[in-house]
Amino acid sequence: MSPAISIRDLSKTYESGFQALRSVTLDIAPGEIFALLGSNGAGKTTLIGIACGILNASSGTVAIEGHDTVSDYRAARSRVGLVPQELTTDAFETVWATVSFSRGLFGRPRNPALIERVLRDLSLWDKRDAKILTLSGGMKRRVLIAKALSHEPTILFLDEPTAGVDVELRRDMWRLVRDLRERGVTVVLTTHYIEEAEEMADRVGVIRGGELILVEEKTRLMHRLGGKKLTLQLQEPLREVPAGLASERLSLSADGRELVYSYDAQAERPGITRLLDGLLAAGIGFADLRTEQSTLEDIFVAVVHGDDAR
Amino acid sequence: MNLHAIAAIYLFEMARTGRTLLQSVVSPVLSTALYFVVFGSAIGSRMAEVEGVSYGAFLVPGLIMLSLLTQSISNASFAIYFPKFVGTIFEHLSAPVSGFEITFSYVAAAATKSLILGLIILATSWFFVPVRIDHPGFMVLFLVLTCVTFSLFGFIIGIWADGFEKLQIVPLLVVTPLTFLGGSFYSIDMLPPFWRSVSLLNPVLYLVSGFRWSFYGLADVGVGLSLAMTAAFLLLDIAVVAWIFRTGYRLKK
Ligand SMILES: Nc1ncnc2c1ncn2[C@@H]1O[C@H](COP(=O)(O)OP(=O)(O)OP(=O)(O)O)[C@@H](O)[C@H]1O
Ligand SMILES: [Mg+2]
Repeated sequence: MSPAISIRDLSKTYESGFQALRSVTLDIAPGEIFALLGSNGAGKTTLIGIACGILNASSGTVAIEGHDTVSDYRAARSRVGLVPQELTTDAFETVWATVSFSRGLFGRPRNPALIERVLRDLSLWDKRDAKILTLSGGMKRRVLIAKALSHEPTILFLDEPTAGVDVELRRDMWRLVRDLRERGVTVVLTTHYIEEAEEMADRVGVIRGGELILVEEKTRLMHRLGGKKLTLQLQEPLREVPAGLASERLSLSADGRELVYSYDAQAERPGITRLLDGLLAAGIGFADLRTEQSTLEDIFVAVVHGDDAR
Repeated sequence: MNLHAIAAIYLFEMARTGRTLLQSVVSPVLSTALYFVVFGSAIGSRMAEVEGVSYGAFLVPGLIMLSLLTQSISNASFAIYFPKFVGTIFEHLSAPVSGFEITFSYVAAAATKSLILGLIILATSWFFVPVRIDHPGFMVLFLVLTCVTFSLFGFIIGIWADGFEKLQIVPLLVVTPLTFLGGSFYSIDMLPPFWRSVSLLNPVLYLVSGFRWSFYGLADVGVGLSLAMTAAFLLLDIAVVAWIFRTGYRLKK
């Protein structure tokens, strides 16, 4: 199947001379949920802005379902919904008016039943006649989502949809994304909450300094980079790892009270039995033990801050 | 052509006009009425007739032009500047609409508003002075052309402006002086020859002159020339807008 979004050698240098994107190439498959991760200023919003036609690219191309976003912008843009990072809404319009306006702007005929469904889905129905300036921040974000969904896009960009929203709205958002996936909508979202990517995304891309430094399926990524850790709390502090057990996977904490063993849970022989046998044989007793699964967050931190990724 | 988008923007703008009806209609009507009271009645009674037309009636076309020009510019410039200022312009830029469609709908809305305003002022003037319209067809033509041309001009200012001062500066420093010196309140025949020649460099003169001709058959310059100058200014506006959308000037970074 041809990609829903196809980005080729995309670079962006702002007028100030700052280069925000460096030759980004990325394909996103139809129906995929793609999470774009990156620190503040990494270039996520810039990438989305170019894909949606808000910013001009310096070089490179973006195609939406095969339609170039510059030469064939009508076909490209009519398929795309955008929920921007900033809460930019009209103030004096009613919720109903502003959402209906968006539908018209994207060239769709009036459809009150659909607008009603969108507003109900987002728990905005009761607020349909309220002026936007009377809404709370979280509701304004829902209004922006409703606007983006009003014209039935097949591709939705969510730029930090859960920044500054409460737990409930966050769960709602996750549910919404799952619903959209069921309807076959492709979703690209950016977020700083990595558990969110872990929760929702099929694939994860990490952008650093305008460069896409990693794109991988979430499960494979977590498998590859995310091992498990077994921590043993020793009864008596050790000065060094016992000679017979020494391996690169085993390390001793600075105070000598904890042995940390890293292993891959999926491996055929994680080596835990051998470790415990070894400890027993050496007469090392332990008071407690715990295991931890490294999260996407650990992986993210390692990738973004580690130099090995470059 | 994205007709739904044109309708959406146009209706959005007209709804906004509806909400601000008081300030957008009442204040120009009030100021025009004051002009009639001060210039028409108080001073005008001491002024001679201008080529058989009472001074009060002579003022009507010029005053309408004065309001049309300033209102068209301020309506259209504000309409496009505001979404830029608060950021909601992102939606227009991300929508499948062309520059032409955006311009057309904003300008049509601003021009409609000015047109309504012009007609209201015309109706108001009927209460104060004996107005006569010799060439109604031309009157409407000049009215519409002026509304469209200056709404388009205002639209350009709104895109160019990156602050509220700039939004004010052109109407204040350029348009108002040109209107006052463009024969709104007098026939340039009343001026010494030198100033008469200088006045001919003022584009607004041609508008006022043509418009007044459609009322009373009085003109400082030929009506054909008036029409040609208005059309030329309109074409210039269109060329500038076309360039703006081709380059993304001040709209896209
Ligand atoms: N209009 C602009 N002119 C100059 N530089 C800009 C402009 N907009 C953004 N930048 C710079 O481009 C870089 C990328 O910005 P961008 O908004 O894409 O980051 P981001 O990944 O979305 O960050 P955040 O997580 O904070 O939203 C930043 O360093 C920013 O300062
Ligand atoms: Mg951002």
